[in-house]
This record gives sequence, C-alpha cells and structure tokens, in this order.
Amino acid sequence: MSIEINGVGKQFGDFVALDDVSLHIPTGQLTALLGPSGGGKSTLLRIIAGLEHADRGRVQIEGLDATHLPAQKRNVGFVFQHYAAFKHLTVYRNVAFGLEIRKVPKQQMRTRVNELLELVHLSQFADRLPSQLSGGQRQRMALARALAVEPNVLLLDEPFGALDAKVRKELRDWLRRLHDEVHVTTVFVTHDQEEALEVADEIVIINEGRIEQIGTPDQLYDEPANDFVMRFIGPVTELGGRLVRPHDLELVVTDPGDGHYGTVRRVVRVGYEVRVEIQAGAETVLVTASRSQFQDLGIAEGSPVWVRPQRGAMSVASSQKIPVAAG
Amino acid sequence: MVEARRRQPTALRWVFRAIVTTYLFLLVAGPVSLVVRHTFAEGLTDLQGIAEDPDVVHALRLTVVVALVSVVINTVFGVGISLLLVRYEFPGRRLLSAFVNLPLSVSPIVVGLSLVLVYGGRNGWFGPTLEAAGFQVVFATPAIVMATVFVALPLVVREVVPVLQEVGVEQEQAARSLGAGSLQTFRRITLPTIRWAVVYGVVLSLARSLGEFGAVKVVSGNVLGQTRTATLVVEEKYLNFDQGGAYATAFLLASISVACIVVVSIIRPREQRS
Amino acid sequence: MATVALGTGPTARLRRSVRPGHLTTASGVGLGVAMIWFSLLVLIPLSAVVVTAAGGGWTGFWSSVTNEQTAAAIRLTVGMAAVVTLINVVMGTLIAWVLVRDEFFGKRALEVLIDIPFALPTIVAGLVLLSLYGSDSPFGIDVANTRSAVFLAFLFVTLPFIVRMVQPVLAEIDPEVEQAAASLGASRFTTFRRVILPSLAPAITAGAALSFARGVSEYGSLVLLSGNLPFRTEVTSVRILSSVENNNLAGAASVATILLVISVAVMIAVEVLQRRMSRRG
Repeated sequence: MSIEINGVGKQFGDFVALDDVSLHIPTGQLTALLGPSGGGKSTLLRIIAGLEHADRGRVQIEGLDATHLPAQKRNVGFVFQHYAAFKHLTVYRNVAFGLEIRKVPKQQMRTRVNELLELVHLSQFADRLPSQLSGGQRQRMALARALAVEPNVLLLDEPFGALDAKVRKELRDWLRRLHDEVHVTTVFVTHDQEEALEVADEIVIINEGRIEQIGTPDQLYDEPANDFVMRFIGPVTELGGRLVRPHDLELVVTDPGDGHYGTVRRVVRVGYEVRVEIQAGAETVLVTASRSQFQDLGIAEGSPVWVRPQRGAMSVASSQKIPVAAG
Repeated sequence: MVEARRRQPTALRWVFRAIVTTYLFLLVAGPVSLVVRHTFAEGLTDLQGIAEDPDVVHALRLTVVVALVSVVINTVFGVGISLLLVRYEFPGRRLLSAFVNLPLSVSPIVVGLSLVLVYGGRNGWFGPTLEAAGFQVVFATPAIVMATVFVALPLVVREVVPVLQEVGVEQEQAARSLGAGSLQTFRRITLPTIRWAVVYGVVLSLARSLGEFGAVKVVSGNVLGQTRTATLVVEEKYLNFDQGGAYATAFLLASISVACIVVVSIIRPREQRS
Repeated sequence: MATVALGTGPTARLRRSVRPGHLTTASGVGLGVAMIWFSLLVLIPLSAVVVTAAGGGWTGFWSSVTNEQTAAAIRLTVGMAAVVTLINVVMGTLIAWVLVRDEFFGKRALEVLIDIPFALPTIVAGLVLLSLYGSDSPFGIDVANTRSAVFLAFLFVTLPFIVRMVQPVLAEIDPEVEQAAASLGASRFTTFRRVILPSLAPAITAGAALSFARGVSEYGSLVLLSGNLPFRTEVTSVRILSSVENNNLAGAASVATILLVISVAVMIAVEVLQRRMSRRG
C-alpha cells in the first residue's frame, strides 16, 4: 500500500510550505519525515491525510488518486502531537470511534477494541477518561484509535514531541516493535534526528519545503547529499573548509605531515567522551575522543597538536561558517 | 499564588475585604434582600394576588413563551455563527465578529426604535408591506420576540467562541480521519465539547430574555392582556400604587434570574474539572 | 461570566492550530442564512436609525440633538456614565483583586452578587434600589427622583463589567513575576504599579468601555427610580422614548444616532483591546 506524491506544492499566504515535492513511500515500511520546524514536513503529512489540500500536484494512496478525496474517505490513521483525545469519551469509546462510524457490529467491535487495548497495554484503563491518563498513555490510546479502523497507512505527526525524554524513548522502542508486529505502512514526522535514525527504515529529509535527501539511516549518515543533511543528521565541525564529524578526527602530538597544526584551547569531559577544541589557524575545530584515547595523548590546554581525519572519514564541502559547538 | 498571598500583610487584606464586602452589600445584597422582605411582608397574599390576576398570568405566560422562543433562536444562530467565525475563513469575518457583540452596548430604547423604523405598520421600511400581507410585526408578538432576540444575541456566541478556539480543530480532524462526516463530527465531537458553553449561554440568554424591558416597551404597544410582558407589569403596577403586586411580580422575575445564576455557578466548576 | 469570556491565555497559545478553513457548500449556505437573519434583525434596523436621522438633513439632526432638554439629557447621561465608570475602575479592580487573591468564608456568595446586576431585569433592579434608597429607606436615605438616583442605578447595572474583565487576567498573572519584581527590590506598591497594573490595563480599559456604554444606554432601572424630571434626572434613552411616544421618529432617530455612535466606538475599542489581550496571553 504505497504512497505516491507527485509535484505537490502548498502555500500559506506568502509562505511556501511545500515546493514541488515528489516522493514514493513503499509499502509496509516505517518512514520518517525529518527536518527543522517550519520546513514543511507536517504539511506534507497532513496533505497525505487529507487534513490539508495541496495547491498543486497529486497524491496517490495504494494506486488510488486521493488528491481530492476528503479525509474521512481516505482510510488513513492519523496520530496528532497533542493526542487529539476525545475528552468526553472513555478510552474504550475513543478506540471504538472509527468502528462506530463504520457501523461495525457490537460484538465484533468489542473484540477488536479489546485486542487493541491489549496491544497498547491499556486494557485496565478502558473505562477511564483521557484526562485520567498520562501523556504517554494518551498517545498509546490515540495510536490504538488510529489502528482500530485498519488503515491503509498510519500517519504520525511528531507523535512523541509533547512527552518527556524518558517516556519518549520508551514509546520510540515500542513503536518500532509495534510496527514489526503490525506491518502497516507508517509515516511519522519528527524534528529529532536521533529518533528518526533509531526507528525508521527510511528517512526523508525535508527543509524549506524541499526534499534534501531520501535514504536509509546508514546512507544518510555515511553519505549525506549535502552540507545541510550532514549538519542536521549529527554533530559536525569544520576542518580545512570541509565539514567532518568530530569523532572522525584524530589528534596527533607529532607532525604527521598531512595534519592541520593548532593548539588546544579548551577541554571538556562529558561522561565517557572528551571534547577538545583546537585553534587551527582561523578555524576552531572540535574533536571528540574517548577518555582513554585522550589520556594517552597526554595533552592539556595550550598544548600544540595536529588534527587530521581518520582513515575512511567522510567529509562534505562547507558552504557557510557554522558555530563550533555543533552537536 | 500561595506565596503571593502570604506576602500580603494581613491589615491591608482585611481592609480590602471589608471595603469590597460592604460595597457589595450596600449596592446589591441589601436592596435585593429587601425586595424579598417586601414581597412577603403580608405573607403570601401578594403572590396569591398576582397568581389570581388573569392579566398578570397572561403577561407571565407571554414572557415565558417569548423567552423560550428567543432562546431557541439565539442558541441555533449562536452556535452556527460561532462555528462560522472560528472554523471558517470568509470576507468580512472580523467585521461580523465585532458586530455580533454590538447588541451588548446598544440602548434597549434604540433597539426598539430601530425595529419600529423598519417593521412599523404605518411608515416602517418593510412594515406596511408585511402588514398588507397580513403579518403584523410591531405592536404584536413577533416584534417582542425580535427585540428580545436582539438584546440577547451575543450571549451564546460569546460563550461558545472562546471554547471552540481553545479546543482547536484536532479532535475534529481526528474524527474526520477516522471516517466521520461533517454531521457526525459535529454531533459526536464538537457538540459534546461545547455543550457546557452552550448551556451557560442558554442560561444567560434566558435570564436576559425574561428580563428585557426597554426594547419590549417600545415595540410591544403594552396592550393589557395581549402584548404586556411581565417586566411591563412591574412598571405598571408600581406606577398605579399597587406596590405589593409590583414587588411580587419583581420577586418572581428576580428569583428566576437568581436561579439562573446559581445554576451557572454550579455548572462552571464542573466545566473546569473536565 | 458571559460578557467577559475573553480570548486570553490558552486561546492565544493554540491559535496556530486553528487555521480557519475555506467555506464548503453547507457552511456557505449556513453563512448566508445567518447573514440574512443578522441583517434583518440588527444591521438593517440600526441603519434605519441612521438613515432616518440623516433624512432630516444636518439642520434637522442638529436642532434635534441641541434642543435644550435633549442636550441636558445627553450631558447628564454621558457625564454620569463617565463618573460611574471612573468609580468602577477603582472598585472593580479592587473587587477583582479580592476575589482572585483573597480566600475567605462567603467569597462564593460575593461571586454570585457580582452577577446579579447582569441577570436581574432592569425594571426589577430599579425597584430593588428603590426599596433601600427610596422613600421607604430603612437608612432614611431617599435618593428617588434626584441625580443621585441616576448615579446609583448606573453604579448598580455596570458593576460586573470591570470585575469580570479583570478577574481572569489577574488569575493568569504568574506570581513568579511579582516575586521577581520583589527580588529586584521593588516595594509592593511599585510592583503593583509597574508590573501588575500594566498587564491589567487592557482588561480594565475594555471593562471601562463596556461599563460606560452600558451606563449611557441605560433605561430600565431608571424608570421607577429617577422620576425622569426634564433638565434634572432625564437621561438620553428616556428622551428618545418620549420622542417615539410623541411620534417624532426623526427626532428620536437623531438622538439615537448619538448613542449608536458611542456603542459602535465602544465595540471597536473592546474588539481591539481583546485582540491585544489575546496576543499577550
């Protein structure tokens, strides 16, 4: 049940939210739309759901032209960042909502709802109101509600954005396991690169209304198409006018011939990792090393060092100056 | 808040409390309680008196009927206009949103005058035509209803609009994505969400409709036994030195409006809890 | 309360998610019906007032509103409404303060008292005031048929406006802001004047505008209380009514236009202030 997006454009007043976006989302995969806020990723998701209509272009779901189909006829499951729980209905009735609309027989409905409540671990809360649930529980309820109607595609808009860090991480793992179980074509929007890298089969990077790159997490990390993707997907620093990952750099205390000479400006230890700032000419280069690597070097603030990329390190030409403390 | 309260020196707090309580007592509580005393000064005779006066009974019935009709009209239009104002974009939306509140600040006499100018039977804009078609508006019940609807028009809208804005559209969109059509979404999601605001608006409209005086006085013709409403009875009785009757009728009207407020103050916390 | 359920706080925060949609066929029809009804009930009648007033030409209008008795009524109404509004600014803010920041037995009863002037039929309000401040006054204060009666009636009917406007705004002010001001060395009075008052100002102004408009347009509560004595206690609405009763509709419309202009100005002011408040919220 693939999703096919062709030349979709959308404007809000003068603001271009999406600019000629084309995308193929394959069946059964977990795809992340990743990018900075205001980049257009949520708008794209809402256009797929039919909650927003594209100014230009076409949307096909499962081979069917859905461009002008209203939301209620698309059979998509949509999960909102702020849950959109029906506050006046119990957890059970929330999950049953779509089935009630479809006039599913009572008995069948009960079986299906209970099954889903089981799946999202909310069986014992069936009779509660959403206001009596925690944020994480509400979001699981919203997910069950969306899955109840057996949607062709499941769409999640920053589903964990409103939750605190710990719950967020739990739900992330849980979503991945759930998807492995249910296998419905799933698209979720996030601005958190770690979340996308950890959960998604495929990531679509969207910025300023355009797609920057599509690929698996490994492809994006190892072969970023441009400096934007490189910067967005992980920590970066600049060395000799090129963007490099700070952990792809190594420090040497004797001139290796191919290194950049500099002096240690600052050393910060964060847990198992040591971050070293090197002043190399006009550039301030960030290098991360493990604690033992750092200790072996025997350097301190003010020490002269040489910086060079490790073997196999990937780098991208930098188009603009970036702040040192990236990542 | 607790912190801020603790910082407030007790003396000043007591002074404020005393000023406010005295002020409200002298301005509101005292006078209102006196009306109750006056009503029952001679036991139940005054209340019995008006209950046995067919003209008063007719006036009360007219008032109740007019109020109920007005409330129904204002509820339907109030909810409809609120939905249009919050959920849709159309030219003149802001202007409409501002004008809907206008009846709050227009003098009831001006309301009455404006209706007479348009629907007056002799030289109103539409009045003569309507009358020729056998439909009398001014000096008849339709004008009383229109005047009452006019003055209570914003009350439902002002309650419902903020609630609609606050809940946002996500619940409705979720219902859509689950397959619900417009009507199903309205009935199953929107209406339950705004129901307390609607109830609140209805109660306020009811109190306002029962009590309208000035506008009704201008358009009703104040014909005894026909177009005289309860508030007009209070005036007429008082001016005819039937103070007992005036107080009794006033007491009836006042108890309905006070009952309305009490209902509202019971509803309010429940609404906040959910 | 009703008149003051403002779009502050959460409304403003969530406004982004409420992106109004375009009209569908059904909602378009609904809008059409609503607009026809609204026009027939409000817009056309109120235009009729202005058109009728203009019908007599500028001289007709001017002679109507500068008629000595009418001018006296307008002066009394506007002046008294202004005085009462000033008192409400102080008392309304104080009452709101006590209701939000203080906690004591009987506070809920006071809350109900605030709403009574709004819910009570105006004619009953007049009767109510007459029972305590009329010829039978247990305090021996008889204001009936004097200007004090007009003052008292205005004070009564305009009581809720500022209180109900200020209350929700005051309740939303973060006490940490006051604590921050105090920690920076501000006295409690300074904190009130420089921190609290500026945040309350739009609410107070909007409430004052509504209170002024209500005072200027008041009629019902005065009927039994003020005696409607020309040049002394007769207010503008009464003047309009007597013109209507004398079948001088053009004259009535001229004076009514003045009240209407005040109403529209107040409505615009309140709309602007509320928008500002919801932006800040």
